Amino acid sequence: MNKNITVRYFAGFREHAGVGEETVSLPAATAGDVYELLKDRHGSQEPLGHCKVAINDEMADWSAEVFDGDTVLLFPPVAGG
Amino acid sequence: MRITNSAIEPDKLRQLLTGDAAGAYVAFEGWIRNANEGQDVLRLEYEVYEPLAVKEGAKIIAEASVKYPILQAECVHREGLLEIGECAVWVGVTSVHRDEAFAACRFIIDEVKVRLPVWKKEYYVNGDSGWVNCERCAAHSSRKATSLRA
Repeated sequence: MNKNITVRYFAGFREHAGVGEETVSLPAATAGDVYELLKDRHGSQEPLGHCKVAINDEMADWSAEVFDGDTVLLFPPVAGG
Repeated sequence: MRITNSAIEPDKLRQLLTGDAAGAYVAFEGWIRNANEGQDVLRLEYEVYEPLAVKEGAKIIAEASVKYPILQAECVHREGLLEIGECAVWVGVTSVHRDEAFAACRFIIDEVKVRLPVWKKEYYVNGDSGWVNCERCAAHSSRKATSLRA
């Protein structure tokens, strides 16, 4: 069953997608599914483990379950400092 | 933990940490340098997702306080456009003796670099630009992902 997920893209992901945020209907069970199903949008070739994810403004694991109405934040590899 | 879009002033920030019990103060400043991986860098742009950067930074400082017997610790990270020589990140730690202040300061900056939702775009002298992909950070995330799967 599809879920309505609001996805937020950051840095290079946002530039590739051309938008910072969009709501999509996806057959996703986990945060990792969201990343994989939206590969064409964020354009990342990075393995999942190189990137990070947050759900509703809390850092999450890629195996975390996503629910209808969630906001999933897709973070490219970070580079602070 | 604080994110700012104005210049970091370490002399002012160290005043946050004064206390009669402190016998040691260790600070780290990360500066914008003029070259990276063979390319001449003109300036840098930091993108920060502030709500989670502040939350994750506070968590890192709390972890440092549990791991090392320090008195106080603070961290400030810049966002926006920075020129060569500007301070991008500052960490300050006080403790009774110097060993724990050195160790905690090192711990905080190392974790900040790999855990905060911060990205940097380099603008090169030749007109190109690109997002910096922190390889060490990627390795850190992979290790974590592997251990979570195990």
